[in-house]
Amino acid sequence: MLGAWEYLVKYPEKLAGWTLEHLWLITIAIAIAIILGIVVGIFITGKGKEHVADTVLYLAEIMMTIPSLALFGLLMLILGSMGLTVIGFLPAVIALIVYGQLPILRNTYTAIRGVDPAMIEAGRGMGMSERQLLFKVKLPLAVPVIMAGLRNAIVLLIGIAAIAALIGAGGLGVPIFRGLRNARMDLIILGGISVSILALLTDTLMSLVERWVTPKGLKRR
Amino acid sequence: MIKLDRVTKVYPDGTEAVKEVSFEVEAGELCVLLGPSGCGKTTTMKMINRLIPITGGKIYIDGRDSIKIDENELRRSIGYAIQDIGLFPHMTVGQNIETVPSLKGWPKAERSKRAEELLELVGMDSGEFIDKYPSELSGGQCQRVGVARALGADPSILLMDEPFGAIDPITRVRLQDEFLKIQQEIKKTIIFVTHDIFEAIKMGDKVALMKQGQLVQYDTPANLLYRPKNEFVEDFVGADRALKGLQLIRVKEVMSFPPTVKAEETVEAAGERMEQEGTNWLVVVNDDGKFLGWVDKAELGKGEMVKEVISSSAITATVNTVLNEVLSLMLSHGLENMVIVNEANILEGVISFDIIRKALTEVTQRRESE
Repeated sequence: MLGAWEYLVKYPEKLAGWTLEHLWLITIAIAIAIILGIVVGIFITGKGKEHVADTVLYLAEIMMTIPSLALFGLLMLILGSMGLTVIGFLPAVIALIVYGQLPILRNTYTAIRGVDPAMIEAGRGMGMSERQLLFKVKLPLAVPVIMAGLRNAIVLLIGIAAIAALIGAGGLGVPIFRGLRNARMDLIILGGISVSILALLTDTLMSLVERWVTPKGLKRR
Repeated sequence: MIKLDRVTKVYPDGTEAVKEVSFEVEAGELCVLLGPSGCGKTTTMKMINRLIPITGGKIYIDGRDSIKIDENELRRSIGYAIQDIGLFPHMTVGQNIETVPSLKGWPKAERSKRAEELLELVGMDSGEFIDKYPSELSGGQCQRVGVARALGADPSILLMDEPFGAIDPITRVRLQDEFLKIQQEIKKTIIFVTHDIFEAIKMGDKVALMKQGQLVQYDTPANLLYRPKNEFVEDFVGADRALKGLQLIRVKEVMSFPPTVKAEETVEAAGERMEQEGTNWLVVVNDDGKFLGWVDKAELGKGEMVKEVISSSAITATVNTVLNEVLSLMLSHGLENMVIVNEANILEGVISFDIIRKALTEVTQRRESE
């Protein structure tokens, strides 16, 4: 513990650098994962897409079960065969997007499917088009569940992003793995605690965002 | 005007939910679709705004074949109030009411004005409620907003699917009365679905009784009660149709004006009036004719002025209450007489057991001799 503190006091710019790398990595990954997950999640709730939905959700679940190390390895193979860089930022972002999909996708899908049929019928009965129904009724009512999925995904990705250091993407995984290799307990602790603090802070921030985007009438009193 | 011409709904699996149903609802009429669950009444209603696609026959809305009207256009021109309220919880009361006007692209100022008017129409203070969320309202208030929302863009036709289903009986009766009063003002063409025969008789200008997808009898409530077409109708109406007939009579048709006394008069004057009228009670009013309470002969000795011996009662009815409800209130509160007042609590009349019995005999005899 003390070692980690001393290191931090001595080289604060080091930790700042790793943290920024980490943040940059997950910000890009999460931004893409959110857009992809929500768009696909909405798409598969469409009429007659039950089979597509089953397949997509099944795939997302399988991807979640692949150990992160193995996924990084797998991505190296795939990207390599496409002639792209196999180490660094790109494969790391792709891996994180893949991991973020399940909670976002599944929650978006379940939330929209779970909207009270009476609400949908009321909207349709008053003459809303499918598009209006989605944006005026289904999505606003689905916000709380979708947000829960997002928070889940973000905390998950902050943890997994540490492993991305192994393929040269930098971030807070760097001190952890360096510490492991060189038996430097202070570095391991410093990296580990920083990742935890980052996850906690982000989750708190997200709970504020959640409160902000949840329609007023749906808030618990 | 709504006209159904041999309307049929067959589901892909072959189930015939509605079979060749034909009837016509005149403009300004309230038509109740009545029947046991699974009889096809809701399906029939939902075919009118094409929430359920029609598979045979035709529906004409003001003379136009409904299938030729754009689906969303059609629905925006027909008010829709559904079971279990169906208000959007994420929208304020005002936004809920403005749903259809906003879909139709009305300017914001016009929409808000309309929402305020409609809230007042259903008896709610617009200033207090317009920015509230449905979760902040009582069940009865939600139903009122539901009706206001259905009237949003001033449609000429309303579809109401058990709109007063999910509330306690006392509130339901009040909402029914209020709605009938509103209907007298707005004169919409209404299809009203219910499984409650009392509600059907009370609300309907016409009742369409359905059974297993078929229309059994389409008639006035009185004819349904007193001239049932067949055994099914008779059974559905029930053996107590005399009692149900009370739903057809409103207080104003039969009430009488009671003997009164003012609170400031002496008990002697009250006693004299009782003797004169041959009763042992009087209704106490103030100078404006406001109802204050009762005075009973047995109580006269307990004071010198009428106001000292008055017994108050908060149980009153209005001229538009149906006799059936008056009777049930009288029985449940152990009253011999029911005072009829207007909104300002001004005495308008009285209903007694005698009056109810007489009205019932007359109505039954008249119907059966017709």
